[in-house]
Amino acid sequence: MNRTTGGRPVTPPKTVAPRPARRRGPRRHTRRDLAVLCVLLGLPVLLDLALVWGPTLASVALSFTTWDGVGDIRWAGLGNYADLFADYPRFWPAVRNNLLWLAALGLLATPFGLLLAVLIDRGVRFSRFYQSTLYMPVVLSLAVVGFIAQLILSRDQGALNALLGRQDNPVDWLGDPDLNIWMVLLAACWRHTGYVMILYLAGLKSVDPELKEAAAIDGANERQAFFRVVLPALRPVNVIVGVITVIEALRAFDIVYAVNKGRNGLELLSVLVTDNIIGEASRIGFGSAIAVVLLLVSLGFIITYLVQELRGEQRR
Amino acid sequence: MVHSSDNGPGGCAHRAVRGVSRRSLLRGAAAGAGAVAVPALLTACGDGPGDGVTLGSNASDAVPKRAYADAFAAYEKKSKKDVKVNTVNHENFQENINRYLQGTPDDVFTWFAGYRMQYFARKGLLADISDLWRGFDGFSEAVRKQSTGEDGKQYFVPYYYYPWAVFHRKSVFRTRGYEIPENFDQYRALARRMQKDGLTPFALGDKEGWPAMGTFDYLDMRANGYDFHIALMRGEKSWTSPQVRQVFDLWRGLLPYHQKGANGRTWQEAAQSLQQKKTGMAVLGLPHPGQQFTAENRADLDFFPFPEIDPAFGKEAVEAPVDGFLMAKKARNRAAAEDLLKYLATPQAELIYLKSDPNNVAVNSRAGTGSYDALQKKAARLVSGARQISQFMDRDTRPDFASTVLIQAIQQFIGDPDDIDGLVNGIERQKKQIFAAD
Repeated sequence: MNRTTGGRPVTPPKTVAPRPARRRGPRRHTRRDLAVLCVLLGLPVLLDLALVWGPTLASVALSFTTWDGVGDIRWAGLGNYADLFADYPRFWPAVRNNLLWLAALGLLATPFGLLLAVLIDRGVRFSRFYQSTLYMPVVLSLAVVGFIAQLILSRDQGALNALLGRQDNPVDWLGDPDLNIWMVLLAACWRHTGYVMILYLAGLKSVDPELKEAAAIDGANERQAFFRVVLPALRPVNVIVGVITVIEALRAFDIVYAVNKGRNGLELLSVLVTDNIIGEASRIGFGSAIAVVLLLVSLGFIITYLVQELRGEQRR
Repeated sequence: MVHSSDNGPGGCAHRAVRGVSRRSLLRGAAAGAGAVAVPALLTACGDGPGDGVTLGSNASDAVPKRAYADAFAAYEKKSKKDVKVNTVNHENFQENINRYLQGTPDDVFTWFAGYRMQYFARKGLLADISDLWRGFDGFSEAVRKQSTGEDGKQYFVPYYYYPWAVFHRKSVFRTRGYEIPENFDQYRALARRMQKDGLTPFALGDKEGWPAMGTFDYLDMRANGYDFHIALMRGEKSWTSPQVRQVFDLWRGLLPYHQKGANGRTWQEAAQSLQQKKTGMAVLGLPHPGQQFTAENRADLDFFPFPEIDPAFGKEAVEAPVDGFLMAKKARNRAAAEDLLKYLATPQAELIYLKSDPNNVAVNSRAGTGSYDALQKKAARLVSGARQISQFMDRDTRPDFASTVLIQAIQQFIGDPDDIDGLVNGIERQKKQIFAAD
């Protein structure tokens, strides 16, 4: 199969890469081809410009105004950003929480999902059962996960305090700002783990068993075989999981909104954007400034990813 | 990414795949166009000549929804005109009001009195109904003021109100021998006694962010007077002033008597704890405990006005949010809308509503109180005896200030009542930005 696509070839290639042979000669495009190309490429480009770049640039522009959605648009220069960084008490907690989210999903849920995938892939008993159980939460929307979390974690009527026998002195799992972010992260990780597991399971199934056999013959123990051979062979899956983790962390919104509208310890940048823009009296300018911050953070990750991908492409 | 390199030059397979995807693409496009077209069709329906008035309602809860339906049905029967009601989830309705009013709003829609109405009048989104008001009868001067915009014109048809007060169970007070506190010292003493008796004195749930605002309003109006409170809400007074610090200080003194973990509790749970006799008192509006008490328990529910703090201000101000109707500037069927509003301003229309929703009181003073239960009668007396009527914190100030600053500030205070300096400084800084934006 496509052994050469999994990053650097692990075993020395037995044959020369068949790439030149695959390339077809230069082809003439007929007028019909060109028309089809124009439609197929042009339409998406137009849609992309209108639906993605247009709103993005509009947000950037609006972030320098004090527009409230009704009156005239007045320029405010960098005023919104100055207010945001200096005087908006919810901003830095939101940034911190977004980073926490990234760390929890990336450093806890993802490795745990990988571990589960490896265990299940090795064929423990009832592995099908575990597989479906662990994947179950992925089917739920995070908003629903939030509602479930409330049933379990609510202070007065939640199941957890009842189970712990703490009805007289209950723990305020979702109301205490020092606690609730961890509870919500736990729920988010619960879902993300299953997601990551299923991706890695698919990846592990496609790893050529010959690789592991070869490693074993070369005297590698299980751990070495996994970290030196299997994991590098999973590079495409690793990239996908990494991207998904970053996206999940940055777009996190629904669960905290379901729990307490993202207030009182559950602030996230996405919540601040909606709070300010989709309110009764919209602070569109100010909200756009927060959105631009979120955009810049996302761009950081997107650019890093693209650069890495393109470099990898060149190396291949 | 994974490139499939073993795909031969299978043009035929390719074409088949493309054919399928194009067909499903077309199907998707058709569905998409349908989704876009449906709302347009819906609005087109309302445009037809001879059609009745359309009404946007935020009454998505079962009880008020049914009560409104009764009132509109009575109007339809009387006028032979149709009322087409579009009910939207309560919170969503509020959150989308800006876009709603700028898009294609219904002719008439439900809203709140006071500053929260004036704000939209100032933006030019509401229709002036001063002419209608000249024909209205039975509204007090205070209510008229709450229905008037900053330009002196009327925009609002008041419908019902509900006062905020300190709610409790008669049986609990009777069996334990508690007395109704008249002033703040007695209030605190009562709380201390309840705590000694093993009862949590005050129920409090502020998960939604607004229920605790009522306590702030009352503390401020009792300690600093109505005028100061309203000036503060309009951004004219400083939040770092000693008066505001005093309010938070008084509140901090009471917090140990409140249910712990208020930020994680909904107001329904708080009202239930009152109903279950786990807590002794709760500062809430009439519908809140009203909805949580069963019919047989309702007779046991009672309230007293928030006690006096400064004798100079006594108990003269009462917090009584007024709900009612507005006409959109973009109303298409103006004549029909005015006719409906005229009807809704009558005492009969209010009473039809209150028949199925007894947790409110009619605004029109000519509405007979014969059908009221004891609690409603007491509520009506409380408000009619008030020198000043406030609406509520989030109705007396700018909506953006209330929702993006005050909700968070009060939750922060409940979580950490000791950092009053940091709290009021933070509010004041944000207030300056928001009030300067216009």
